[in-house]
Amino acid sequence: MGGVEGYMYPNEINLYWSVLIVVYPYVTGLVAGAFILASLVRIFNVREVAPTYRLALLTALAFLIVAPLPLLLHLGHPERSFEMYFTPHDTSAMAMFGYVYIWYLMAVLLFEIWLDFRQDIILTARSSKGLKRTFYFLLSLGSNNTSEHSLAIDERAGWIVTLIGIPSAFLLHGYVGFIFGSIKANPWWSSPLMPVVFIFSAMVSGIALVLLVYMFTTRVRRREIDMPCVDTIAKYLFYIFIIDFVLEMLDLVHRIYVADESFRSISFMVHTKLYFSQIVLQIYIGTLAPLLLLGIVQVTRFSPAVRKAIYVVSAALVEVAVLSMRWNVVIGGQLFSKSFLGYTTYKIGLITHEGVLMSIFLTLLPLGILWILVKILPPWPDLKRGMNHAAGTTMP
Amino acid sequence: MKNFRDSEHLLRFAFLFAMLFVLFLVARHFVVPKSFGEYGHYRGAAIAEMAAPQPHFAGQSACEACHTDIAAKKKTGMHSGVHCEACHGPLARHAADPASVQPLKLDTAVLCVRCHAASAAKPKNFPQVAAADHSGGLACETCHHPHSPAIQGGGAK
Repeated sequence: MGGVEGYMYPNEINLYWSVLIVVYPYVTGLVAGAFILASLVRIFNVREVAPTYRLALLTALAFLIVAPLPLLLHLGHPERSFEMYFTPHDTSAMAMFGYVYIWYLMAVLLFEIWLDFRQDIILTARSSKGLKRTFYFLLSLGSNNTSEHSLAIDERAGWIVTLIGIPSAFLLHGYVGFIFGSIKANPWWSSPLMPVVFIFSAMVSGIALVLLVYMFTTRVRRREIDMPCVDTIAKYLFYIFIIDFVLEMLDLVHRIYVADESFRSISFMVHTKLYFSQIVLQIYIGTLAPLLLLGIVQVTRFSPAVRKAIYVVSAALVEVAVLSMRWNVVIGGQLFSKSFLGYTTYKIGLITHEGVLMSIFLTLLPLGILWILVKILPPWPDLKRGMNHAAGTTMP
Repeated sequence: MKNFRDSEHLLRFAFLFAMLFVLFLVARHFVVPKSFGEYGHYRGAAIAEMAAPQPHFAGQSACEACHTDIAAKKKTGMHSGVHCEACHGPLARHAADPASVQPLKLDTAVLCVRCHAASAAKPKNFPQVAAADHSGGLACETCHHPHSPAIQGGGAK
């Protein structure tokens, strides 16, 4: 049979979880990561990264809106997803995730964004006419109070929401890792480290994404990139990436040392079918190269231009690493037989509803949504509060 | 009072949240079937619905009650283990009202090869033929009697 080596059980030949299930944890991870970067400003008081605070929140929202789409498209019958909310079963991890998702969307992200942009929304409503005025009035929920005291209350409430948001972000992405880690029948997935690895890789990918978006938008807007800001983001990216890499290597070393009955099969896979995506793309190009680049920046003094170039390259490579990590987990976990005697091949479609083009579309869709969000709520740090609406019309 | 005036916008968001929750509860009230959870985590009425449909098959004993001659013939042949409705189809309506509901006459050229077409996947001792070579398109019942298919004295007709 084409694409099958050795002995596969009949139900293992075709992969059930397609490339869309690769996109799903990737997109969800970007949400959690972007939010963690925003929390650096609010909770951990890292003022240097403040220019990216609002952008990070909007990025998280744009990706959160798209996060369930790959799942809905993969499962089909999206209308049935509501049943999970209406009649949740307490043993269903998926149903619990549905509630975590709604909680995170409504109580954390939307609330925090609303609090932070409230003053801008009100001022935009006041200075606009017609439909635009109605739109911003509705966004403000009819509130019209921009007094110092009310803004201070917003600040305090925002702090509390972010504080609640951090464990929520961990829960959101920890769940995705849990879904894989809890599948005890699959030795490639079954590991209590899986949620932790997913959380750290999510933080890495989200921080790298916001760094890229910030640098790109600032460039397009012909503004000066705030070097202390990107330096600090790169520093955090470097530190968290080290933790992420160490955790993944810990998992690997543990597997090699324990060498249980699945080890030969998994080892064979990593050296053959997954060699390019795991060893070359994920570890060498996606992890060691950016770690080296970001590490060099920490100990040397390059000019801002060189540093910027290094950050762009490193952040892009980090995205490659995290995307290939998701691929290696999701697809890799389905390529070998439970008999440990055979291997199958994933034949990816191109224009099917679970193919390459759809995956690319779903990965880029959040950027389109972000573009719209940025038009509605300009997050640019160089605009004075309340003046965003005026400058917003000339935004890219 | 000042504290309330400056924080009332938070209540607006809370109100929005509460309204969405109420909307969810209302939708849930209408969407979730009334019998859900009656016995377990499923629609209780589903059990009665599944029990309600009448069977389409009359069953072997119902056929044998009237068609005693054919039943006796069938018992002597290779098809003794094949139930009547396996070939004739579900005939509960015929059993209930034999006069007005008559089973269709079967085309043995089509019917028999459903089981007896030659295939390497079948057991060697199972009678199987390549129909085109075996009968040249003739209906099987030209030579074999379906109720007792072994050829004895030149076939059924």
